[in-house]
Amino acid sequence: MKTDVKNSAEKRTRKDFISDQAVRWCPGCGDFMILANMQKAFAQMNHKKEHFLSVSGIGCSSRITYYLDTYGIHSIHGRAIAVATGAKLARPELNVWVFTGDGDCMAIGGNHFIHACRRNVDLNIIVFNNRIYGMTKGQSSPTTPTGLKTKTAPEGSYETPFNIGEVAIGAGATFFARVPDNNHALMEDVMMQAYHHKGTSVIEVLQNCVIFTDGIHEQITGKETKDNNQLILEHGKPMIFGKEKDKGLRVNGFRLEAGKINTGQDNVLVHNASEHDSLIHLALAKMQLPNHPVAMGVIRKAEYENYEKSVHNAIEREKNRTPFKSTSDLFRSGNTWEI
Amino acid sequence: MAEKALNSEMRKVVVRFSGDSGDGMQLTGDMFSQTSGWVGNDLTTTPDFPAEIRAPQGSVGGVSSFQIQIGGTEIYTPGDQVDVLVVMNPAALKANIDILKAGGTIIADSDSFSPRNLKKADYESNPLEDGSLSDYHVIQAPATSLTKEALKDLGLENTAMIRSKNMFALGVVSFLFSRPLKNTINLLERKFSKKPLLLKANQLALNAGFSFAESTEVFGASIVIPPAKLPKGTYRNIDGNTAAAWGLLAAAENSGRKLSLCSYPITPASEIFHELSARKDLGAIVFQAEDEIAAACAAIGASFSGNLSVTTTSGPGASLKSEAMGLAIISEIPLVLINVQRAGPSTGLPTKTEQSDLNQALYGRHGEAPLVVIAASSPDDCFFYSYEAARIAMEHTTPVVMLSDSYLASGTSPWRIPEEGELTAIDIPKFEKPAEEWQAYLRDPEYLSRYWKSPGDAGFEHRIGGLEKKENTGNLTYKPENHEKMTKIREEKIARIAKKLPGQTVEGAQEGKLLIVGWGSSHGAISTAVSELLEAGKKNIGFTHFNYINPLPQNTEEIFSRFDEILVCELNNGQFANYLRTKLPQFTYKQFNKIKGQPFFTSEIKAEIVNTLTRQL
Repeated sequence: MKTDVKNSAEKRTRKDFISDQAVRWCPGCGDFMILANMQKAFAQMNHKKEHFLSVSGIGCSSRITYYLDTYGIHSIHGRAIAVATGAKLARPELNVWVFTGDGDCMAIGGNHFIHACRRNVDLNIIVFNNRIYGMTKGQSSPTTPTGLKTKTAPEGSYETPFNIGEVAIGAGATFFARVPDNNHALMEDVMMQAYHHKGTSVIEVLQNCVIFTDGIHEQITGKETKDNNQLILEHGKPMIFGKEKDKGLRVNGFRLEAGKINTGQDNVLVHNASEHDSLIHLALAKMQLPNHPVAMGVIRKAEYENYEKSVHNAIEREKNRTPFKSTSDLFRSGNTWEI
Repeated sequence: MAEKALNSEMRKVVVRFSGDSGDGMQLTGDMFSQTSGWVGNDLTTTPDFPAEIRAPQGSVGGVSSFQIQIGGTEIYTPGDQVDVLVVMNPAALKANIDILKAGGTIIADSDSFSPRNLKKADYESNPLEDGSLSDYHVIQAPATSLTKEALKDLGLENTAMIRSKNMFALGVVSFLFSRPLKNTINLLERKFSKKPLLLKANQLALNAGFSFAESTEVFGASIVIPPAKLPKGTYRNIDGNTAAAWGLLAAAENSGRKLSLCSYPITPASEIFHELSARKDLGAIVFQAEDEIAAACAAIGASFSGNLSVTTTSGPGASLKSEAMGLAIISEIPLVLINVQRAGPSTGLPTKTEQSDLNQALYGRHGEAPLVVIAASSPDDCFFYSYEAARIAMEHTTPVVMLSDSYLASGTSPWRIPEEGELTAIDIPKFEKPAEEWQAYLRDPEYLSRYWKSPGDAGFEHRIGGLEKKENTGNLTYKPENHEKMTKIREEKIARIAKKLPGQTVEGAQEGKLLIVGWGSSHGAISTAVSELLEAGKKNIGFTHFNYINPLPQNTEEIFSRFDEILVCELNNGQFANYLRTKLPQFTYKQFNKIKGQPFFTSEIKAEIVNTLTRQL
C-alpha cells in the first residue's frame, strides 16, 4: 500500500521531521543516532507527511515520538505494537513506525511482539537494545547478558537472555535486521528496506547506554573490533567479513562455521534474505562471539501476504456480495412485523 | 386435579421450554418468540443452558431451557414463575418443577419417561403416574412416538426423526396459544431452505403436534393473548449483544466514521464480537487481539487514526484494560468500552448475571481518571445505549463505558427498528481555523471537548500520549499548576456532558413516601413490581431508573428531594447506592441487593417495597 500513495510535491529533508521539542537524552546516548537516521530516512519515503505515524511505548527509547514531527502516540509500557496494529488496520494507507526498547518490547510487551511477527501487519518496529532498563535506572532486562551485575541482580544476572532476532524469526517475522547504532549508512539503508517491505519489519539496533551499560556492545561495534566481529549481510552477496575480507561463513553439517577462506574453494554461503525457509536466517541471527561474527544488515526479508491487506480484501469482497447496503437493510432483514 | 392456572383470555403468560441440551429447546423457544411478536404480543425471553459445551445426556446438569413471557400488555421481564412448562425428559421436569406456578400446566413427552431416563434424573418412580404432580395440570404428549409415526415415510434414520420432536412440542404449544402455523412454517422454510428433507420433517412434526392438541382436546379451550399496545412501527426480536453490535454500526454510519472493533473472546460478551465479525459487509474492521490489553490498545490506535473505536469485554477483561483506559482519558480520544457484566470477582460465575462492575467502571483506574458511564436496561435498548456511548465518545473525545450484562446479552425483546433520521445526529466538534492556529489540546469552548484530528489531516501533525500535557499546546510539562488545572479540566469535561442528557423521569407517584431507584438491567423487574403495586392500589410510590450514571442527569437531586425515602435496588452489594451517597450525600439511601448470579424477580421487589412501606409506618 505504501508506494500507492503519492508523495507531497515539495522535496523533503531531515528538517521536515524535526519537532519543536527539546531532545532530552543523556549526552552521548545511542538514541540520538537513531533519531537522526530516522529523520533522514523519513525524508526519503514516498509517503504523504500527514500519513506518517510514530508509536512508542515507555522508556528512554519511546520519548522519540515527541521529537519526530509526525502524527504520534506515546502510549503505555509494552503496548506500542498493539496501538500501532489498531492504527494500521484502521488506516492501511498510514506509514507506521514503532519505537521500543528491549525491556518495553521483549518483557512487558513480549506478547504483542510475537503476535505482530506472526500476523505480519505492515509495521516497522525499531527495538533499541541496550540490554538494560535505563529510564527506571538499571534493572535487568530480557536481553541483559548472564552474569552482568544490575540493580536487580547485584551478584550478576542469572537469567538466559533473549536473542531478539531468534524470537522474531521464531515467531514468524518476515523481516529482521540488526544494526549497530554507530553505522549511519547501514541504519538508514535498513530503515528504507523495512519501509519497502510489506509486512512486520523488525530492526534491532545495538544501542549504547552511556549510563548503565556503557560499552556493552563495544566488542561488536568498536572501531578496532568491528570488522572482524561483524558480518554485514547483503542479499545475493557472499558472506565474507574481516578487516582483510579474508573470512567467510559456510555450512558444516547443520551448523554455520566461520573461518578463513582460500580463494574459490570454500563454499562460502551467499545470502538469500528472501528465502521463505527461515532455517539459515535463524542460524545467522543467533550467531555470537567468539566463535562467529555477529550478523548485521537485513537477515530476513521474505514476501508474504500482510494481515491488514487480507482483512481489507475480505471487507471489499463481503461488501460486493452482501444484500445490505446500509444498516437499515440489515435491521429490516429476517423476521419483522408491523404494528 | 388442581384448578388450572390458564384461562381462555390472559394478559400475560410465562412459558418455559426445557429439555436435554441436544433437544433444540433454544430454537423452539426462539421460533415461538418470533411468532408471538408477529401476532403483536410484547415479550421478553431468557435462555438458560449449561456452561459445559456437552453435559451428560439426560442428566439434570445437561438441561437446556428457554423462558418467555408474552403479553397483551408491556412485558419487561421473562417472568418469575412459569405458567406452562414443556419438558422433553424427566431431567427437565426435575430441574424446573420448583418454578412452576401452583396449578400450572406441564406438557411432557411421556415417551421419554422411560425407566432409564427416570434413573438418570434420580426419580424413583414415574412422576407422571405416581400422583406427585397432582397440584398441576399434566398433559402427557407422546411426542417421540407420534413424531416418528408422522415422519415414517421420509426414509430418515431413527435419530434424525427423533430430532424433530421439538417441533412437535412447538405444534402443541402453538395450538394452546391459538398461534397460526403459517409464520412458524415461514421461519422453517428460511432455516432449511437448502435442506428440503429436514424442512419436510420439521413441518410434519409441527403439524402432528398441533393436530394432537386439537384432536385430543387436552386443553379444553385454547388461549388468546391479545396484542399489546406498542408504538407503531416495524419490529423484530433482538438479543442484547446483537443490539449492542448494531448500535455501533448505526453510530458509525451516522457519524461517517469507519468502525474499528478490537476485542478478545470472553463470556458473555463474545456475541458482539461475532456479530461485527460477520458485518464486514457493512465495513466493520474487526481485530481479534492476542489479549484484552492489546484489544484496548489497538482500539486507541484506531481511534487516534480517526475511526469510531470500540473494545468489548466482561469484568476480568475490563480489569486488564484499565491502564489503557487511563491513556485514552489523558489523551482525550474517543473510545467505547462495552462491559457485558457477569458475576465476579475473578472468574466468579462466568455465565451468570450481576451488576457488580459499576465501581470498576467508575473508579477502576489509577490517578484522577473520570470517564462517562452509561447502562442499558433491556435487550433491545442495548442498541440505543451502544449508539449513545459512541455518540458521546466522539462528540466529547472521551472514553465511555457502556454496561450491559449477561441477562441482557442473551435475553431477547421486540425492538422497534428506528426510522430514517430518528436517531440523534452525531455532531463532532470541528476545528474550523487554519492549521497554523492548531494546537493539540485546544478545546470546543462549550463542552471542553478536545478537537479530534487524525492522520491524513495535513498540517495538524501532533503527538498524544500518557504524559501530562500543557493546557492548549499539548507540550510536555511537569509544572504543578498545569497538572492540577488539566485534572480539573478533565473532570469538568465529563461533568458538562450532563447538560446534554435527557432529564430523569419518574413512573408512578411524582412525589410522596417512597422512591424506588434502579439502574441498568434491573429495570424490567422493578418496573413490573411498581406497576403491579400501583394497580393494586398502592399510592405514594415512585420509580426512577438510571441509564446515565456518570454524569448523572441534572434533575436527579430535584427528583430525590420530592420523596421521603429512597430505596436503591441493584444486583450487587450496594455500589450505585454508595455512588449516590458520594454524589448526593444529603439523602439517605436504603438498599435492596441481590448477589446470587440471578436477575431480580418481580415478586422479590414487590415484597421489599411492601416491607419498606410497612417499616415506615
